[in-house]
Amino acid sequence: MAATVEIRGLAKRFGEHPALHPFDATIEAGRLTGLVGPDGAGKTTLLRILAALMAPSAGSVRVLGHDVVEEADSIHSEVGYMPQRFGLYEDLSVMENLRLYSRLRGLRGKDLDETFERLLAFTRLAPFTGRLAGRLSGGMKQKLGLACALMAHPKLLLLDEPSVGVDPVSRQELWRMVEELTDDGMAVVWSTAYLDEAERCETVILLNEGRIEHDGPPEALTSRLAGRSFRLVRPDDDRRTLLTKALDLDGVRDGVIQGHGVRLVLADNERRAAVDELARGAGAAVEAVPPRFEDAFIDRLGGGPGGRSAIAERMEPVEPDALNGDVAVEARQLTKRFGQFTAAERVDFEVRRGEVFGLLGPNGAGKSTTFKMLCGLLEPTSGEARVAGLDLRHASSAAKRRLGYMAQKFSLYGLLSVRQNLEFYSGVYGLTGGRRRRRIEEMIETFGLERYLRDSPDSLPLGFKQRLALACSLMHRPPVLFLDEPTSGVDPITRREFWVHINGLVRKGVTVLVTTHFMEEAEYCDRVALMNRARVIDLDSPDALKARAATPDRPDPTMEETFIALIEAGERGAEADPAGRAA
Amino acid sequence: MRARRLLALVAKESVQVVRDPSAILIAFVLPTILLFLFAYAVSLDIRNVRLGVVLENDGPAARDLAADFAATRYFEVLPVRHRREVGDMVVSGLLRGVVVIPQDFDRRLATGSRPAIQILTDGSQPNTASFVSGYAEGVVASWLDRRSGLAGTGAASGPAVVLEPRFWFNPEVESRRFLVPGSIAIIMTTIGTLLTALVVSREWERGTMEALFSTPAGIVEILLGKLLPYFALGLLATLGCGLLATTVFDVPLRGSWGALLALSASFLIPALGQGLLISALARNQFVAAQVAVFSGFLPAFLLSGFLFEIDSMPPVIRAVTYVIPARYFVTGLQTVFAAGDVWSLLVPSMLAMLAIGSVFFAITARKTRKSLDR
Repeated sequence: MAATVEIRGLAKRFGEHPALHPFDATIEAGRLTGLVGPDGAGKTTLLRILAALMAPSAGSVRVLGHDVVEEADSIHSEVGYMPQRFGLYEDLSVMENLRLYSRLRGLRGKDLDETFERLLAFTRLAPFTGRLAGRLSGGMKQKLGLACALMAHPKLLLLDEPSVGVDPVSRQELWRMVEELTDDGMAVVWSTAYLDEAERCETVILLNEGRIEHDGPPEALTSRLAGRSFRLVRPDDDRRTLLTKALDLDGVRDGVIQGHGVRLVLADNERRAAVDELARGAGAAVEAVPPRFEDAFIDRLGGGPGGRSAIAERMEPVEPDALNGDVAVEARQLTKRFGQFTAAERVDFEVRRGEVFGLLGPNGAGKSTTFKMLCGLLEPTSGEARVAGLDLRHASSAAKRRLGYMAQKFSLYGLLSVRQNLEFYSGVYGLTGGRRRRRIEEMIETFGLERYLRDSPDSLPLGFKQRLALACSLMHRPPVLFLDEPTSGVDPITRREFWVHINGLVRKGVTVLVTTHFMEEAEYCDRVALMNRARVIDLDSPDALKARAATPDRPDPTMEETFIALIEAGERGAEADPAGRAA
Repeated sequence: MRARRLLALVAKESVQVVRDPSAILIAFVLPTILLFLFAYAVSLDIRNVRLGVVLENDGPAARDLAADFAATRYFEVLPVRHRREVGDMVVSGLLRGVVVIPQDFDRRLATGSRPAIQILTDGSQPNTASFVSGYAEGVVASWLDRRSGLAGTGAASGPAVVLEPRFWFNPEVESRRFLVPGSIAIIMTTIGTLLTALVVSREWERGTMEALFSTPAGIVEILLGKLLPYFALGLLATLGCGLLATTVFDVPLRGSWGALLALSASFLIPALGQGLLISALARNQFVAAQVAVFSGFLPAFLLSGFLFEIDSMPPVIRAVTYVIPARYFVTGLQTVFAAGDVWSLLVPSMLAMLAIGSVFFAITARKTRKSLDR
């Protein structure tokens, strides 16, 4: 039998810019194919070509036997496609959305009734048919989008980042639904920037900067790492110091903080001795762990960054009295309502000096809202936010001088040059004269920005863009650093580089508050507040949280599994209706 | 093309129009505000202009002339004795002009030499200034006529010709009678071009266009599904405006409702076509709105003959007005409202609008494919 999708020499360019380099691939029926890679890797472009919404620049693609250029109409009839953000009309109700797509698909009579019944049961949306799509939670939007895409009775289902903005519980449910579909013989393509999702796919097309890095079962990639992944647990040393030392060892390909220990990937098995020695020195035990897909990806790209952060090394330590006490940031019963909608409800926590504190949760959980109230960008409806003991309501500018803020997507000015961005931010933070000039020169030198000074930040490689954003927020030497989704959409190597800098800053006494929806990133934090639907559902160190979610048959849960278990524990006995909150 | 699919798209769009407060705002609230504005606040008629009359002379003739100024309904007169009392008031805009009846007025009149009267106007508002000077001259002239008639002993002293002006179509020369029909053109441009450009680019922005493209629905169905509801909305708004104009604002509709709707229908073709073309080129709402205002709304406002007479424009700009559909619509509307169903005028206007509209649609059809490639 012919493959569902046959790709021969496909390439795509946008103007001069190559989005996909030439490659061959096939996608088989009855299988879940993961299309995995960071933002800008070319995932959406490939999906759009498969959905016959874009034409290849070179090569040929046949979907279900139809050419994507010549027979686009046949593909539109036979393929189900869920674009990013699900392609829903938010001002139409669930039923109106379903009805529209069913009519566009030409369903009628008995077929229509049966399809509706089947899809509503499958997605469990039946109780919500009258609700406007815009009022659904992220998870329910995703299910509705899926139902609309399934209206076609497709043999091929294309899902573009279905798990973005969706809480882990709903994501779990979506996996189950998709597995059911592939069991019935459907070919499903699931694109994602979360590398851990790749491990759940039967086969994976791994994309990076428009190139295929891997095409085959995920195990084929991870098995090459067998015997090369280790965990150093229970060190006497500070785990951040341990990681820095480990990353500087020759033969260590990659390393991340995991719980109270450090996880390392070696270039080959022979290097084990150096690691053992390091572990002995730090009083840690070495455990062999199964390789992860992310390890394999990093290894494939030539390994992660070294352990030293030039920025952190040059920065003078934060003075102990800069924070007026031991508590850097304080949230007291913080509540924010936008009309009927509660974005954050009685959020309560303390961040201690020198701590990395994480706010973890899906999009729409209230992380950014809480964050913005803590750095004075949003006034709370009720409750109190303090930075360095200063109430943001009354002493807002004094408090703001003590914090650095790096916004989502970096918030750099694309029309200004790199140097002008630095000058602008130093001015905003009140630096003048010689101090300002010296600080700018110092940032340029430590971050290695010299050769990009005249360029626009938009044209910078992602890693440098991130460095520049960090430089701008550190210009005034703040003792507290707020990072809002600093690594969202960034490739894993750039993400590691970023954490190397952050770890270095923390060792100098900087307090860091970070939001993220990458569950695994929580491992870098000393303590994590799990947020879901506007509330903090749990707060503790990553290891303690995991221990709470551990069961006899799952002794070492991942952060995501932990999150799901804790949410379910919190909701058990609560009302069954999971909706009512927009994402 | 499948009727069922088209119907589904029309139904979806109609539900969205009804739910979307901005569509209702643009189609019904904005027209009402515009009509009120043009009917009451913005008036090109000049009445009760504040005029200072400096009476330096106390003779009976001078006073008689001053009384004539005070008597006309076009001026609201502030009588003073000295020029310096009014100078500042002209500067501050309290007075639009000053008439000075000089010291020697009575004496020169009595001796038979021609007395001089000075008229000062505020040149920063040229329209009003020329009106003030023209009308003041008129007051003086008629006063002189009356005077010579009274004093006249023979037939020769009366004016040789008596002018009796009559304004056709708008006997009271009320600007409202052409402003209100004209503002219907502005409103239709807003609905046809601005609203259409916005709703199509919104589909692009929210990613729903991509979802529609991935279904069997054809591009013609998708575009018609957009156009038909807004076409209907435009005609409804025309009806609304027409009713408001005739009932609330007392603007007579001399022609028929049928002609009014036919005219609006023909105008909506180029207006919607332009909106579609804009959204095909600009796939985000902000750019679409900017382009729609500059290419649709402003020309309809400035170059359609709605506010400024086309005949008094420089030839180059006059030539430009021929490609602006609102020009034909404004002419047509003024005809239907003020003169009646003069088909010999309306039909060519409608044909011109349809021709411009088909050009827009032809370009849109060339530019729009069912593809995300640009």
